Amino acid sequence: MDNSKTFWLPEKASTFVDIVDPAFNLYLYISYFFFFLIIILVTVFTIKYLRRRPDQLATAQITHNLTLELGWTIIPLIVVMGLFFIGMKGYLHMRVAPAGYMQVNVKGQKWAWSFEYPSGAVNDTLVVPVNTPVKLALTSRDVLHSFFIPAFRTKADVIPNRWHALWFQATRTGVFPVECTQYCGTNHSYMLTAVKVVEADAYSEWLATASDPGKGKTPEQFGAILYTKRGCSACHSIDGSKAVGPSWKGLFGRQENCGAGGMVMVDEAYIRESMLSPTAKVVMGYQPVMPVFQGVLSDREVVALISYIKTLK
Amino acid sequence: MIAHVQGDNINYLKTRSGIMNWLVTVDHKRIGMMYLASILCFFITGGTFAFLFRLELWSPLKEFLTPDQYNQFFTLHGVIMVFLVVVPGIPAALGNFILPLQIGAKDLAFPKLNLTSLYLYWLGAAIALWSIVAGHADQGWTMYAPYSLSQNPAVLWMMVAAFFLGFSSILTGLNFIVTMHNMRAPGMTWYRMPLFLWAMYATGIMQIFATPVLAITLILLLIENFFGIGIFDPTLGGDPLLMQHFFWFYSHPAVYIIVVPGFGIASEIIAAFSKKDIFGYRFVAYSSVAIAIIGFVVWGHHMFVAGQSELADSIFSFLTFFTAIPSAIKVFNWTATLYKGSIDLKTPMLYALQFLWNFTIGGLTGIILAILSVDIHLHDTYFVVSHFHYVAMGSTMVAFIGGIHYWWPKMTGKMYNETVGKIAAWLVFIGFNATFFVQLIMGSLGSPRRYYHYWDQFQIYHQISTVGLVILAIGLFTALINLIGSFWNGSVAPANPWGAKTLEWQADSPPVLYNFTETPIVTHGPYAFETEKA
Amino acid sequence: MATASTGLPEHHVAHHFDSAEQEFDSVKTGMWLFIASEIMMFGALFVGALLFHTLHPAAFSEGSSHLNWHLGAINTFFLLTSGLTMGLAVIAAQHGEQGKVRMNLVLSIILASGFLVVKTIEYSAKFEHGTLPGRLWHAHGFTDPFSHIFFGLYFVMTGLHATHVLIGMGMMIWALYRSTQVKFTRGYFTPIEMVAIYWALVDLVWVFLFPLLYLIG
Ligand code: HEA
Ligand code: HEA
Ligand code: HEC
Ligand code: CUA
Ligand SMILES: [Cu+2]
Repeated sequence: MDNSKTFWLPEKASTFVDIVDPAFNLYLYISYFFFFLIIILVTVFTIKYLRRRPDQLATAQITHNLTLELGWTIIPLIVVMGLFFIGMKGYLHMRVAPAGYMQVNVKGQKWAWSFEYPSGAVNDTLVVPVNTPVKLALTSRDVLHSFFIPAFRTKADVIPNRWHALWFQATRTGVFPVECTQYCGTNHSYMLTAVKVVEADAYSEWLATASDPGKGKTPEQFGAILYTKRGCSACHSIDGSKAVGPSWKGLFGRQENCGAGGMVMVDEAYIRESMLSPTAKVVMGYQPVMPVFQGVLSDREVVALISYIKTLK
Repeated sequence: MIAHVQGDNINYLKTRSGIMNWLVTVDHKRIGMMYLASILCFFITGGTFAFLFRLELWSPLKEFLTPDQYNQFFTLHGVIMVFLVVVPGIPAALGNFILPLQIGAKDLAFPKLNLTSLYLYWLGAAIALWSIVAGHADQGWTMYAPYSLSQNPAVLWMMVAAFFLGFSSILTGLNFIVTMHNMRAPGMTWYRMPLFLWAMYATGIMQIFATPVLAITLILLLIENFFGIGIFDPTLGGDPLLMQHFFWFYSHPAVYIIVVPGFGIASEIIAAFSKKDIFGYRFVAYSSVAIAIIGFVVWGHHMFVAGQSELADSIFSFLTFFTAIPSAIKVFNWTATLYKGSIDLKTPMLYALQFLWNFTIGGLTGIILAILSVDIHLHDTYFVVSHFHYVAMGSTMVAFIGGIHYWWPKMTGKMYNETVGKIAAWLVFIGFNATFFVQLIMGSLGSPRRYYHYWDQFQIYHQISTVGLVILAIGLFTALINLIGSFWNGSVAPANPWGAKTLEWQADSPPVLYNFTETPIVTHGPYAFETEKA
Repeated sequence: MATASTGLPEHHVAHHFDSAEQEFDSVKTGMWLFIASEIMMFGALFVGALLFHTLHPAAFSEGSSHLNWHLGAINTFFLLTSGLTMGLAVIAAQHGEQGKVRMNLVLSIILASGFLVVKTIEYSAKFEHGTLPGRLWHAHGFTDPFSHIFFGLYFVMTGLHATHVLIGMGMMIWALYRSTQVKFTRGYFTPIEMVAIYWALVDLVWVFLFPLLYLIG
């Protein structure tokens, strides 16, 4: 099978392709038919009945023709009812996950994704085995987002305080882009990640290491991994450049002006507080947009992040 | 019927001149002209924002806008185009001017209310402009909660602005419906009304019944922002989907408020320039009303991936397909009207045929979005952006511009230059389709909307689109200069330059203060054209 | 029937209308359309409230139990009676009984003020207990975490309704003033009729608000 992109549709990599693409293509031909029907008629009439003398009148006044009018009421009606059934049938299949699926929890936040596996593994890209139904339970930590995998033809809004679901079954291995399609602020268009589809044994291997990411690593190394995996990199740079949040370069030991909160010396306690309740002290010149990581980061991860920040001189 | 006051026989432009007299006028024609001027200014403003962010999209990298600026620009573009341009658009500008003339009335039923609508429009517009100064409004025209609950003052001002604009829209619709019910000239039965008026009627119904829901949505959003009462904010126990339901309960009918007046103009122009009675007059008239009614029960099709129940999604999809039927009736009836006509490809007709082309594409792409399984893929991609520009810009605004050309001689008493007009119409056609057709392809390939940054593979589509916009803008400016130039170098317009049969062409060009020197008595339908003797 | 000769001038039809009937019909159609639009606005609010009723039923019954339904019932009485007096004003206007019109208008205004007085009593109690919308909430003794939503809706809905009561009273005062300017006749009683129609809406909304907020637990 040819899985590459076509003129109208992106590359193909899930079972939904067989639902969406045929419906899309069928409709494409229906549209071509009606569009060219109308345009050809208009063109022919315009050429044939073009006014050649200024005082030329119409050759007939036809006010109605019931047969014709019923015709173009009923034929489109039949066509669209057919389309409705095709659409609904496919859609119900796309919404209801088959038994035996594997579940991953997905959390969206401004502007990063995190994927939480039942084994405890947490990652910033989605890794799934090929030919296995996967169900994603989606929720958001702040505003609305939407989770879209073009190659899989599926998408669902990600809503705060609520779980919304989505499932798919990948048909081939590879890396496919994931995009956020619900407007969520400044870096909405950078809220990208990827889904990596691998063979079943490669998956179990990956899951084993991912479930224990700190294994065999120093807290500093582990912190460096968390920096990207936990989405801190979406807002904090480590090279001193100012982004949505303050840079971590030289953060430890710095004096921060927290407006009404006064001057604060950045130490372990302050960094911990900044992660667990970020609005407690908001640094001057920044919006209070940082998500709350209370209950999200384990104690070990907090310690690792602090150790990592300390290394950024 | 009623004796006329002296001085009534002077044309409305000349009766009492001076800015002050215009500002306090209650004459529907002057109010219509002031609306027209304001709306065109905002059209240019909205277009300028589009131009700026389309330039930014020339490459996936930063051109000259930051992501925040980009987000503000498309928000301003959307809000200005929807609430200040297309929604008031045809009814407030052309409807105001033409409606009383077409039914043979001296004015709208409530002239002072009409002036109030205009002032509310200006007030709303001023507040909307103020919000640009007040900060950064970046919530998108859809204002989805909880993003719009950030207590950002610019967003709040924008909501206040939309509230006043909504009010203005309700009052205009109300005025029109009352006028059509009670002020028709003797002999002007419902079925002798031009189709433009049936369109105004259907639009009025939607304005009156849908807009109040927008008003309450905005009130609730403002209250939620100030007090956090927990109706939309999920962290306080509210429901963000309720906000979407409220919003689309208005905004779906709003898209028909936008397009139905365009249908009306297309009917007038096609009849006049083929010298034919509209094929299936009653079907076309009823289908406007049918669209207005069906339009109230399909709003959920904007929320297929938002988290509604499967049942709700299926029902909304099912109902949405019915909008295709009245639309199909119209498209086919216009096509059939051309048959055996005497077709004159003057500028307005070029716009009307262009409208037909664009509306067919826009409508057909709407139907594919109603197919549930396919919409899951297409939702919030450029495909949707292209769909609604085909219907809003390609259909409504093109019909609007066609209508301006068609009624220009009546409104100003001047003829524009026909050749320049035709060239502009062709540029608009080519430019528009170049801008938006590629967006269909890009969208179905998976390019999301509201994206400052995008994958490299889409660059070529974005570039074609931007070049298309340049052509489109040249076309639009040419048209505008041609029209305005006619004040100086246009020839004097006769009362009925197109040989049309509707009532407004029996009045002088431009009409006198109370429209007709004598109340007309209507004896035939609006398109009673003669036939060539064989 | 004594058609009081008031000595007031008769109403003049506005220039762009052909006849008094046309003018009257227009104003009346306009008013009904406006009412339709108001109903849509309140209707949406009711749908929202009902949705929250199903979403957080416990919060609703708790909130509702903190409202004093006696006061609500008194207000229902005030509004319904004022609706009656407005109706009588219309009949009087049709008969050209200028004095009766004024009397009924004054009665309606008094009843409407009564409504507002009771509303003020209710509101001040809420201010005391801190059962205020959203961020202003500082009430004690509530068990359901979402009870504040009930009061949020309570204030939005009754507040919007009270605004309409105020506008209605303004219209009554205007009608009173009109009654000193023109003679009402069978051919011209538009101002009174319009106020009455508007006031009927105010009544109607309250008739739904009262059970929704005070009675349904
Ligand atoms: C002027 C405005 C206008 C008009 C007229 C329409 C017309 C239609 N729209 Fe569109 N729409 C918008 C403006 C408009 N829309 C906007 C602004 C948005 C996006 C808002 C946002 O998210 O920001 C949108 C989004 C939108 C969506 C949501 C997409 C998404 O976000 O996922 C859907 C889904 O069903 C939809 C459907 C339709 C349909 C079915 C019609 C129908 O009325 C079209 C009917 C017409 C025809 C079908 C053509 C003529 C008929 C024939 C030629 C006969 C043959 C046809 C068949 C047999 C099919 N529209
Ligand atoms: C109905 C209204 C309308 C109109 C007319 C337009 C017109 C245009 N729109 Fe807009 N658009 C919207 C409504 C509209 N748009 C909405 C609602 C959104 C969504 C916003 C959101 O996501 O929140 C949107 C979003 C949107 C996007 C997507 C942005 C994104 O998602 O990142 C793009 C991208 O290309 C775009 C482009 C354009 C262009 C090139 C035009 C051009 O057609 C503009 C052409 C106009 C000019 C160049 C001005 C010149 C005019 C004159 C000189 C006057 C002429 C007068 C006479 C002839 C009388 N628009
Ligand atoms: C959505 C953007 C965002 C994300 C994601 C984010 N932050 Fe922040 N962060 C901010 C902003 C903005 C500030 C400054 C305002 C404040 O103090 O709350 C900040 C402040 C901080 C501070 C205090 C810095 C100082 O200069 O005082 C620390 C420490 C911190 N964040 C750690 C983290 C960690 C650890 C993560 C990931 C696990 C993270 N942040 C993710 C936006 C973010
Ligand atoms: Cu997250 Cu857009
Ligand atoms: Cu819609």
